[in-house]
This record gives sequence, C-alpha cells and structure tokens, in this order.
Amino acid sequence: MPTKPDTTLPLGPDSGRAPGSGPDTVLDLDGLEVHYELSSGVLSRLLGVGTRTVKAVDGIDLHLRRGEVLGVVGESGSGKTTLGRALLGLAPTTGGRITYHDLERGPRRVSSMRGAELRHLRTDVQMVFQDPHAALNPSMTIETAVGHPLKIHGIARGAELRRRVAAALERVGLAPAEQFMEKFPADLSGGQKQRAVIARAIILDPRVLVADEPVSMLDMSVRAKILQLMLDLKRDLDLTYVYITHDLATAKFFCDRVAIMYLGRVVEIGPTEEIFANPRHPYTKALLQAIPEPDPERSVPRDLPRGEIPDAARPPMGCSFHPRCPVAVENCGWESRDLRVLLEQHWTRVDPATYEEEKALVGDLDHLDEPALEGRLGNGAGAEQVGGILERIRQENPEDPFWRGVADLAAEDDGLHVRFGPGEDPPLRPAGGVEVACVLYPAGTSGEAESVAEGSGGGVPPNSGQ
Amino acid sequence: MFGRLLSPIRGTTGFARWILVAGLVLTGVFLVFAIFAPWIAPYDFNQYQAHGARFPKMAPPSGNHWLGTNDQFFDILSRIIWGARTEVKVVLISVAFSVVIGAPLGLVSGFVGGWWDRVMVFLMDAIYAFPSLLLAIVFSFLLQGPLGGGTLAAALSLTVIYIPQYFRVVRNTTVSAREATYVEAARAIGARNGTIMTRYVFGNVIGSVPVIGTLNAADAISTLAALGFLGLGIQPTVASEWGYDLSRALDDAAAGIWWTALFPGLAIVLLVTGLTLVGEGLNETINPALRKRKLIRAVLPAGGPLTEDEQEVTA
Repeated sequence: MPTKPDTTLPLGPDSGRAPGSGPDTVLDLDGLEVHYELSSGVLSRLLGVGTRTVKAVDGIDLHLRRGEVLGVVGESGSGKTTLGRALLGLAPTTGGRITYHDLERGPRRVSSMRGAELRHLRTDVQMVFQDPHAALNPSMTIETAVGHPLKIHGIARGAELRRRVAAALERVGLAPAEQFMEKFPADLSGGQKQRAVIARAIILDPRVLVADEPVSMLDMSVRAKILQLMLDLKRDLDLTYVYITHDLATAKFFCDRVAIMYLGRVVEIGPTEEIFANPRHPYTKALLQAIPEPDPERSVPRDLPRGEIPDAARPPMGCSFHPRCPVAVENCGWESRDLRVLLEQHWTRVDPATYEEEKALVGDLDHLDEPALEGRLGNGAGAEQVGGILERIRQENPEDPFWRGVADLAAEDDGLHVRFGPGEDPPLRPAGGVEVACVLYPAGTSGEAESVAEGSGGGVPPNSGQ
Repeated sequence: MFGRLLSPIRGTTGFARWILVAGLVLTGVFLVFAIFAPWIAPYDFNQYQAHGARFPKMAPPSGNHWLGTNDQFFDILSRIIWGARTEVKVVLISVAFSVVIGAPLGLVSGFVGGWWDRVMVFLMDAIYAFPSLLLAIVFSFLLQGPLGGGTLAAALSLTVIYIPQYFRVVRNTTVSAREATYVEAARAIGARNGTIMTRYVFGNVIGSVPVIGTLNAADAISTLAALGFLGLGIQPTVASEWGYDLSRALDDAAAGIWWTALFPGLAIVLLVTGLTLVGEGLNETINPALRKRKLIRAVLPAGGPLTEDEQEVTA
C-alpha cells in the first residue's frame, strides 16, 4: 500500500524532499552477483551434471548517490542490462547485497525482497527500456498503459486516474494528452512511444530511474530530445538515474559519473570528466578510441581491442580483459587458452601446406580449453620443432603481449610445455580521481601507470585517449 | 473495442474477403435455420402425421414434402432444419467449453512453465495423439451413462478432443509472449503474475483462437455426424441429427431412393464448407504473415492528378 506522503501532486517539484536531508546514497551494491545456470543438453538437464554458470554480474560494488546520473557503459554481454534489472529485483541476486535507502522507511534489502515488498519497491525504483516498440503492451491504449501503475498500487482510479495520466503525458511532451490517450502503441512513433514509456515510469513518482539504453533504438534526431527530456525530469522530479549504455558519446553528455563494465565486473569508475580526459584502464581507452570522430585527419585505423568479448560462462583467468589487452603484462593471468588462440591466429596467416605441416606437429589443441597455467603442445618427438614454430610466431610479432606472460618453454618427453607466470585478478583500486581494476595500477599509486608498462608496452600509452 | 475487433475484417481485400463473405453467407443460412427452426420448418422433426393423415413412407420430393420423406415417415426438409439447430447447439457448446478450458490452461501452463508445464504438455499431447473420432466415441460412451444420449453429452465428448488444440496454441504463444519486454515492463511497474497474465499476456495470445474456433466448428460438425452415423451420438428421439439420417438412408440409395441420403449429406457438406471458409478467411485476415491490407489512396486537393475515389491497392 502506498506510504508516500504526497500522492496527490506527484508531478510537481517535490518540496517535501529537502536536499541533503537523508543519507546521500540511494542504492548500495555490495559484491553483487547474478549468476545464471546453463544446462547444455537433455542428459545433463536430467542428471543435473555438466551445468555451466554464466556470471552475468560478478561481484560489483557501487554506491549510487542521491541525485546523480551514473552511467554504466560496456559492450554487449558485459552484464550492464542484468545489473539494471537486478536493481529492480527483476534479475535474481545470487550473491552479495543491494540496499535501497528509503527516505521514509530506512534501508531496505532489495536482494532479499519477495512479493508485496518487491512490488512496493517499484513505486520508488522504475525502469525505462531499450526498445520502446516492445515495452508497451500492443493491446493496451496509452491511457491504460500509463495509468496502470497507479491502478496496480491502488493509488488512483476513475477521474483522478485519468487526470494524473494526462498530467504525466503532458509532462513528457505528449501534449495535448487527449490526443494520445485513446491511441494504441502501434499508432505512435518510436520517440512518442519512448515518451509514453517514460510517462509510465514517472507516474509513480519514483526516486530512481534505471534507463536501459533509452535512446539506442531511436532516430538520431529524436535522441537528443529524449535525453533533454530526461534531464528536465531529473531536475523537476528530483530523480537519480542509472543510465545504461554502450554509447560513450551520450554518456559524456548525460552522466555525472561513469562505470565501465567488462564481463560482469566494473573495471573503472569515476567522474565523467576524469574518465574521458584521463582514461586509465586499457579497456576504457579502447572504448574511447572507438568513438567515431568527424575529423579526416584521424581516419587512420584505430587500435581497437582484438577479438570479441569472451564467453561469460568460462571467463579468462586473471584479468578478464587480458586476451584483448594491448598493454598486458606478465601477471595478467595468461593461460592455456591464450596459447590456442595464438596458434590459431597464426594459422590464419600461413598457407595451407604450412598449416598442415605445423598442425601435424602440434597435434590436437582441445586439451588447451581447460584453463591452466601450463599448456602442452605436440607429443614428445617433435617438441623441438614445435618450439621452432613458436619461435617463428614470436619473430613475426615480438611485441605481442602474450610473450610477456610466458614464463618458461621446456621440451620434455611428452611434448613442449609452455608455462605461464601466475596471474592476478585485480580488484577496483583508487588511482587518481577514479577507481580502476588493472594490474598496472596497484594499490597506493598516484594514478599513473607503473613505468614497467610504459617501457614494455608497445600499445597505447596512458593519456592518449583524449 | 468491438470496432477494433472488426477492423481487420473491414481491412481485408480480394480473395480473403470473398472467402470470408462466402463462408459467412453459408454459415448464416444454417444459423437462421437453427434460430428460427420452429417457424421455418413445416413440421416437427419427429412428426409423421398431420391433420390425422400419416405422411407417405419414402415419398419423393413433392409440393407437400419439398425434399421428400424418409423410411420413418419424417419430412426431410424439417429434419434438416431442425438438424441445423442441433448441430449449432452442439458446436457452440463444444467450442465454448474447449476455449474456456483449453485457453486458460494454456495461458497458465505457458506462463508458469517448469514441471507443471511439462506434465500438462505431455497430457495434452497424449490426448492429441489419439484419433479424434476414437476419442469422441470413447467419451460419448462414458458420458451417455451420467448425461443420457442428449445434446450435452455429444457436445462434451467433442470438447475433450478440441481442448488440446487451444491449449497448444495458447501455451506456445504465451511462452514467447512471456519473454516480451512489455511483460518485463509490467513486472517492473509492480504487477502481480495474475495481472500480467490477464492484462498483458492474454490479449496478445488470444488472437489466433477465433480461427481455430471456426475450423474446429467445421470439424465438430463432421465428427458429430460420424458419431450419429455410428449410432453413438444424439439419440433420434431427442433431436434431429444429420449423421443419423444418413446412416438410415444407407440402404435406400441402392433402391434408387436418392433424396433420403442426398439432402442430409448436402447439409453436412455445406455447413462444413461454410465454417471452413470462415476460418480460412479469418486466418488470412488476422494472421499477419498472410494478411494483405487495403490501402486507401489519398485524394489530393482539387487540381491534383488523382481524383479517383477510394481505390483498392494491395500492398
């Protein structure tokens, strides 16, 4: 049941909420984990064996301050949408905590909410979805759809409901409201639909709005208007935003703070200006370089991360980004799977005859898929030749970060053993004005990468992303 | 709301519209027969005499008996008109029951998922795997005890064979609708599962039910006739039934008496055809993969090159 004091005037500036009167964080995430079980086949499903776990969100600590716009940026598959869904209790929390600081009722544990409590949370935390064409029920009029939250929570009905729906529609720029209330979603344009979705989200007078790529499905001409609308709403309604996006350009325009996500973790978080002016994590740098710039002088090929985002069910050892990282060092977590990638990459460049010859020497690679600090190649007799192949690969590109991770190459009776140094899985650590999870920024540094990285790294030097 | 339901029909064009109209006309004729049988039919369905005089036995069509009489002295035209009433009653009851039972079961099963869903799908598939006539025979045997050999027993034995169809269609569309963003959005605004099912999922999965309904209705007519033909359907003393008439006429055809078999048979064929056409027409209209919309060409202000009235253009 509604417990808010001012349910009659939800759309005006909330005078009852003095700034700074409550605790300054509105949502706390402590070690949040959202893991999904994958079952691969009929047999494993029946027997319950062989299930794999996808770590969509894997240990995130975040503190959302009241009134800020926090950007969550990452590639597809980085877990940013799952993070947003978890904030509303839409994705099951498998570990860690989410705490919502209710102004009236004090801290509440979102991650252990059920039923009525969870539904009540959604009067305070609301969501705007990526695809406005899918987020509205096609068989519901705009009036019913936008007013349904009020009805569900028993806040308004009849003429009062209609009045508040009209007010919400006009607030988001769907005016005159009468013209839109009787329409079905199919009758509206993408931008109008997204406005209706926003109207539905703000009609409950929420405190926090999770916006999951709210403009990525819209035309360029509409994006800026929707973002401006969201900024206006934030000012008028005292909202806090979690803005989930893969688009750094809008994040720069929109956010106070930015968290960069990679494979279920936050790898860098800090004030927007600092992140954009002085990116520290190699992944952040790569993302920033991927922003297209309308400058003909800069049309040279950019140093984008190699490959694709890895399988979240089997993340790389050590730092998840190390296989794609241009400045990776020896303790980034090199392992047997990187060896397989190296060989297969090499074979895509050689002619078929060489490939056949080398493949016969190296033998089957499947055993390398089991993550280990040691990889065996060949079957004994050809260990020396296998070593030769690796040496040739090394000569082709001696700057490849892979070689920094190789601790030892040893020809033994059963083949060539490639041993890697032990890796480190870096936690988020303060570095300058931001926090970054990278071995180049160990605890206690001022925020500049250690000299070893500058010396040996052939890739992107720090501070090059501006 | 009603206008919105009808709008796809108004929007049809060409072949789909002709199918729909032809089917509606054929079905409409039999509906009129069914509703107004006491006023249209010249005699009662089990009447064998009028004004103290018995009807002739197996008389050919004539002025007194337009479609002749059969071996039980009954007037065939009256049997057909009263028969239409029986058929419509049985079809309405069986389709209504199978929708009311099958669709909600499918909705809940598809939405809840898990073990409940698997058990339900298994059960429904088991029913569906049986030959429908066999199943109908078994159930009419079972139901004749408690319910007697009347319309209701026949309708319910047909219901059982159609429930799986509604269940499967609604369940499968629910499984895909359950993952839709608007369902997640409903959850995000705090809706209960019951609300989500009734307000968000139901309206979007029920669209294909009318099509199955009309196609099932056609199937129900022929199954009912088959039951009657086998003597397992509605008892001849309770109501007139075409299948039963057909089975009685079986021996007459060899003796050159064609009218006792032709007219009940024709009635079955026409009503089944009518309902099938309605079903196909609805399918072409409602199913977006088959649908062709009527485009209305804009009429430019005076002086423009296009001054035709509404013109039908298929997109």
